[in-house]
Amino acid sequence: MLHTEELNAGYKELHILFDVDTDVEKNKITTVVGPNGSGKSTLLKSIFGLTTVYSGRIIFRGEDITNLQPHNRTKKGIAYLPQIENVFGHLTVEENLKIAGYTLEKEGVKDRIDLALDVFPELTKYLKKRAGALSGGERQFLAIATALVRRAELLMLDEPTAQLSPKMAEVIFKKIVELRDRLKLTILLVEQNVTGALEISDNAYLLASGRVVFGGKAEELLKHDKFEEFCVGVGVEQV
Amino acid sequence: MVLQSLINGITIGGIYALIALGFVLIYKASKVLNFAQGELVMMGGFMCLALSGFLPIWMAVVLAVIISAFIGFLIEKVVLKPLIGEPILSVIMVTLGIAYMLRGLVLAVWGPDIRAFPQIFPEGAFEVNGVVIPYVYLGGLLLSLMAIIAFILFFTRTTIGVAMRAVADDQQAAMSLGISVEKIFAISWAISAVVAAIGGILVGNIYGGINVNFAFIGLKVFAVVILGGLDSVLGAIVGGIIIGVAESVGGTYLEPFVGGGFKDVFPLLLMLLIMAIKPYGLFGTERIERV
Ligand SMILES: Nc1ncnc2c1ncn2[C@@H]1O[C@H](COP(=O)(O)OP(=O)(O)OP(=O)(O)O)[C@@H](O)[C@H]1O
Ligand SMILES: [Mg+2]
Repeated sequence: MLHTEELNAGYKELHILFDVDTDVEKNKITTVVGPNGSGKSTLLKSIFGLTTVYSGRIIFRGEDITNLQPHNRTKKGIAYLPQIENVFGHLTVEENLKIAGYTLEKEGVKDRIDLALDVFPELTKYLKKRAGALSGGERQFLAIATALVRRAELLMLDEPTAQLSPKMAEVIFKKIVELRDRLKLTILLVEQNVTGALEISDNAYLLASGRVVFGGKAEELLKHDKFEEFCVGVGVEQV
Repeated sequence: MVLQSLINGITIGGIYALIALGFVLIYKASKVLNFAQGELVMMGGFMCLALSGFLPIWMAVVLAVIISAFIGFLIEKVVLKPLIGEPILSVIMVTLGIAYMLRGLVLAVWGPDIRAFPQIFPEGAFEVNGVVIPYVYLGGLLLSLMAIIAFILFFTRTTIGVAMRAVADDQQAAMSLGISVEKIFAISWAISAVVAAIGGILVGNIYGGINVNFAFIGLKVFAVVILGGLDSVLGAIVGGIIIGVAESVGGTYLEPFVGGGFKDVFPLLLMLLIMAIKPYGLFGTERIERV
């Protein structure tokens, strides 16, 4: 569904990603792991068009989107939920859902909101509440729900379980699986909670210093002899 | 007597609140302090004055408001849009330039003399229990109230209104939803000019005449928004009423003791006092510097 070819990207003169090749398969969960500062977020931002691309290509559904503006990538069906600040805190839950459908036809939006609330029934009782007053987990729900309203087909999530309790993290992982199986979405996930994420993933990439050092099946990475070494390296507790 | 002064104050305060909403709208959307808000008030008044020369008064009012919307839109499109991405301070300085330009324009066309303002409301007043309420005050209060309610409904209920608040909240994120930030800025200027024009016409009616100095209302509006909080809709409304009442009560009760002109100084003193206690205004968002 999406792949990057020899992607070199960064921030202005600061080169972060080196020759990154990835393949995000349709209707699969692909997880990117790696130490802090290895460029995981930068990869997602690059796919969404928020960085400087020096060379290489980003192909989405066969189309070269390397030079597209972020909001046009949204229109193509790519959603990016940043690590922090992924909802409008001053707007209510309902307004967040409505504004997500801003550029879409009015009629469809209502159905999409209903669908999103069907996946996240937890939000129904908070429709009039300010999003800023939600708990961390509920904010993640809302952020994903807004992507559903926007008819996203590729959902890029940057550490959705960061700062959540282990129990809440598990709920989020379950929801992500539900998005793949029930809504047939394609998911590109960045996670610090490595084991938890890999367990629900189909494919995985391991980034180190901006380069892909492993790419393949998630279970392979879990078994990989380098994996333990890597986990120790990043100080990730294996749950 | 107290009641009388209170009612006058609330009426003027309601109009200040309305004008301040325009200021807050631009600040929320783009973080620009619009130093030309008072001049937009003045322009609205003069436009109505000019149009009433050959049109029935109500048509002149409506047309003046529509043209003001267009002027606001144009200011953003022609003058400010090329500045997107420049430091906010330069944009603010440019609004100051716009202010002088508008003043110059009014001086060139109408000169500095006070012109009688066409009356919208019937002359006379009605009296309840010794409190005299002139129709212009009653009309001004009702109209500004209606305009404030319309503004709030627009801001909270319409898609464009919610999109404006989304832009105010997080510009990047709003853009990624396909919201055109440029369009939102232009609309906020148009709306700001509209509320300014309505305010100008109402104050013109109450004062009975206008001249170029009418733009001094901009100063009152600063006091209002600083008092209420630059980014707070509720603050603009509460601040407007406080300043209006302070002015009226100060004029009636304090001026005899401390001398003429105190009416205009008192609200500013009050503002300073509140600022000392709440630096971001009564309802303003405290800006926490993130490192
Ligand atoms: N906006 C930015 N401008 C300049 N440099 C940046 C920016 N964002 C990140 N960087 C740098 O890019 C490098 C990679 O950062 P990135 O956020 O992609 O890492 P990450 O793998 O997501 O790390 P983490 O696990 O901490 O989220 C880091 O050295 C970081 O300092
Ligand atoms: Mg990151």
